[in-house]
Amino acid sequence: MPTPNRLGSTAPESIFRSQEGLGVWEHKGKVAAVGIGHSPTARRWDGTAENTIGAWCLMALRKAIDDAGVPPEEIDGLVFLPTTTTGAHWPADRPIPMDIVNAYETTDDPLDGIAKLTDTWLLKNMPELTNVKFVMAGMDCMSNAIAIAAQAVGDGMANNCLVLKAWHNLEGRYSHGGANAEETISGNQKWSNPYGSANSWGTAQQFQRYLWKYGKTKEMMTPFMVNSRRNGLMFPEGYWYQHRPEELTEEDYLESRWIAKPANLFDNDIPIHTAAAYLITTAERAKDMKQKPAYILNHAADRTIQRGLNQTLEEAQRSCASTGRKLLEGAGISASDLSFENMYDGFSLFHVFHMEGLGFAGVKEGEGLDLYQEDISIEGPHPVSPSGGNVGSGRTRFWMHTDSIQQIQGRAGDRQIRIPAEIGVSGGPLPLYHSDWIVWGASPD
Amino acid sequence: MPKQSPVPDELDQPFWDACNEERLVIQNCVSCDRLQHPPEAECFGCGSGNELEWREMSGRGRIHSYGVVYDNTVALRIPDQPFNLAVIELEEDPEITLVSNLPGVPLDEVEIGAAVTVIFEETPATGQKIPEWQVVE
Ligand SMILES: [Zn+2]
Repeated sequence: MPTPNRLGSTAPESIFRSQEGLGVWEHKGKVAAVGIGHSPTARRWDGTAENTIGAWCLMALRKAIDDAGVPPEEIDGLVFLPTTTTGAHWPADRPIPMDIVNAYETTDDPLDGIAKLTDTWLLKNMPELTNVKFVMAGMDCMSNAIAIAAQAVGDGMANNCLVLKAWHNLEGRYSHGGANAEETISGNQKWSNPYGSANSWGTAQQFQRYLWKYGKTKEMMTPFMVNSRRNGLMFPEGYWYQHRPEELTEEDYLESRWIAKPANLFDNDIPIHTAAAYLITTAERAKDMKQKPAYILNHAADRTIQRGLNQTLEEAQRSCASTGRKLLEGAGISASDLSFENMYDGFSLFHVFHMEGLGFAGVKEGEGLDLYQEDISIEGPHPVSPSGGNVGSGRTRFWMHTDSIQQIQGRAGDRQIRIPAEIGVSGGPLPLYHSDWIVWGASPD
Repeated sequence: MPKQSPVPDELDQPFWDACNEERLVIQNCVSCDRLQHPPEAECFGCGSGNELEWREMSGRGRIHSYGVVYDNTVALRIPDQPFNLAVIELEEDPEITLVSNLPGVPLDEVEIGAAVTVIFEETPATGQKIPEWQVVE
């Protein structure tokens, strides 16, 4: 595997389609996702050997292989994400339970398979994968891993490539303790921390400006939130379906406590413990597999760096508009060709920026909340976030991909959209910086 | 309302020294005439590393946007919850932003677009002063 960059990724930036004007993707429709595998979900790791995040990765990978119906020895690629959390880091003073570590094949880092991942750990613990020749570490998200695999399979670097994303969660709250508990502050946080900090504040201030700029109200978010939870409760792989099958009412949402107003508790996704994997292959090979191919029509990336300390609404909007143009151009489609959209939603308040950038259902900047007041359900003409996203199933940034593949394959169960699922889009996470998107099609053309 | 004291490093020492003298300076690239904040070792506009200077600002700006923080992660700020947390855009370049608790502005009664002026507030741990912003009446 190539040397990782400072963020742990071994993927060269040349893989990603981050510029406008590149034309139709050279591998449009020649690559497809076929198999899907999910572990269970849990709020947190229960401390047992069978439920480590590593164990759940093995389970998800094996399910994806089985779902596609590919013999394990024919798997020749693996793209994974070394990081498995955004905030539940293993505390330096917490002993590592070596009996659990040693329940698996080990590497030189005992946290491998417990609070992080390496390809070495994964492959040592899956001896049936005897022919993996292409291995790459992506950055943070499943979106990034799919983009890498799509390009790699298209370029002929792998034929049957697994992609894997896992999230562990431990006891304790995100972001409390550490530097946040001190009386002085160094590093990048010195510019903001003295004034206080909340993880959702950055998005909250963008959304506040959005409301001011377009004369909208926070209440207009409600139908999206109710719809997303409803879709999540039809997602058997998800957290709320498995553990808390409660619908979210208008009152629940509007009366929940503020975190960083206008962001309330439900606008912040819930951290969970789970893993998912997909099998990406060539369109030719996909035809003979157990499931229908979900063709990849394009992948696009945003690598824009914000100008200053705080990403502004205007920067987010420019970024989302550019991403939308890249997505449509590379797939050779227009926004009206989209049957559904599964843009990222964690935090929920920025989903509208992504949707407007894409021009989904004809919305322009400032009109997204108006669309939420129409029929955005899976039964309607413009299904918004049929996956339910992180809002509907917990913090993974991958429900949107699982759902898109399942919608295209016609096996989204109760969530299946009622109009034909011909073309959809999924991806994230944020506007700007390090985000990736995929356009999925039921047909390769 | 106690706040964490920022610890200067080699790169940003001039910014914090100026704060202690109640002056606001921002890094500027002479070669492409572009402000940037937070300061960096090189200009993100043209890549130049040795054309960076510290330019004194007027200390005038506008409220770009804000949120009201009820559940913050910085221990010292918890006793003051909830509090305003605003993005301030500088008059010299509205894309250069700083943050502020907007002292004197009642909770959630923040007017986006309002004119503000810089003041400096001492932080208890080291005495380091930091920029704060007040609405211009
Ligand atoms: Zn420059």
